[in-house]
Amino acid sequence: MNCTDVRSLVHAHLDGELDLLREVEIDDHVRQCEGCQAIYESQRALSSALKGDGLYFTAPASLQRKVRAAMRSTAEPSRGWSRAFSPQRLALAGAAAIVIVAAIAGPIVSRRSHDDQIAQEVVSAHIRSLMASHLTDVLSSDQHTVKPWFAGKLDFSPPVVDLKDQAFPLVGGRLDYVENRPIAALAYLSGQHVINLFIWPSTSSADAGESFLGRQGYNALSWTRDHTNFWAVSDLNATELRRFAQLVRDRSDGG
Amino acid sequence: MVPAGPFDQVVLPHLDAAYNLARWLTRSDVDAEDVVQEACVRALRFFGGFRGDDARSWLLAIVRNSCYDFLRRRRPQELTDAFDEEIHTAVEQTQTPEALLLRRADRAMVRQALETLPLAWREVIILRELEGLSYKQIADVAGIKIGTVMSRLARARARLQQLLGSDAAREVAR
Repeated sequence: MNCTDVRSLVHAHLDGELDLLREVEIDDHVRQCEGCQAIYESQRALSSALKGDGLYFTAPASLQRKVRAAMRSTAEPSRGWSRAFSPQRLALAGAAAIVIVAAIAGPIVSRRSHDDQIAQEVVSAHIRSLMASHLTDVLSSDQHTVKPWFAGKLDFSPPVVDLKDQAFPLVGGRLDYVENRPIAALAYLSGQHVINLFIWPSTSSADAGESFLGRQGYNALSWTRDHTNFWAVSDLNATELRRFAQLVRDRSDGG
Repeated sequence: MVPAGPFDQVVLPHLDAAYNLARWLTRSDVDAEDVVQEACVRALRFFGGFRGDDARSWLLAIVRNSCYDFLRRRRPQELTDAFDEEIHTAVEQTQTPEALLLRRADRAMVRQALETLPLAWREVIILRELEGLSYKQIADVAGIKIGTVMSRLARARARLQQLLGSDAAREVAR
């Protein structure tokens, strides 16, 4: 990628609209090119100036009251609104506001703290695997050796993908214990860094996108796909860990 | 993501976003309140047709249109200005101000610079930087193509850098 390409993509890159591979390519270029670096820095500075406090106007409390009043007068029964907005319901809306906030924020908050707890568990498991030199129960870089090894030890079959050609060689697999159940842990290498990929069945049928947590100097990435939870933990930098996660997803889909 | 449910559960959580957009587009507290009220009434009227899962974008599109209607009635000049800017301004290839200089820009400078942007640029910047919408969402809210979102963002940012860079340079020189 040359300077013209890199500069034409500055906005799309900083706005998170590019795919990861493109991002990595640009980051590599920017690190080495002073001219492009200045442009990227300048755009970042502008973006952070715009994200400062005091620029976002929050609705005055009176507006919420006015909006409710306006809606109430619009929502006369004779105008034939859907049953969801009966006048009684709207009259109760004021009192219900807190309940609504709780109902919407509640599941998010509890999901987050649940994720925090799992993050703590998988990071601890990652650290244990390094401390006790117990990285693998089955030492093999062959996915066709590792995958069958789990059969009979777990009540699910974890997807095992080989990423040697992408500089993430598989080292092996082992059993671990997270969320009160035995789970599959796959160990990969990236240079000198160990990546533990924890896999276990999800209790929810919904897929979840990637979410990122930092813990004790380790990075943890999680996602849910095909009824399966994935957690990748490593001291590898976030960008490379994301690339790893994307590759795991791509390859799992393929096979 | 909020599933479609009763109107107040779907729409009212996004009242801040609605007000913020209206406030930036009308540049007036009083007008923003009026526009948001009008928009909410409209939203209630159209609510039966809401099937999506992105309530915020849906509401913001209605707020945005209400703002334009309001400006068309009360300050039509602002809409023409925006149009002229779009046609006659190329993306400025000015020198990039140093990041350090931009970091010196204080809140009042940034606010003023944003307010002087033409309407069509201001809305994409607000939706992107303050509301954090994706290009696709901005395209939906503003009723424009993604390519237009990108070119407006580029122009708006070039202008902001110019404005803030020179403001901050003046401050430094003082």
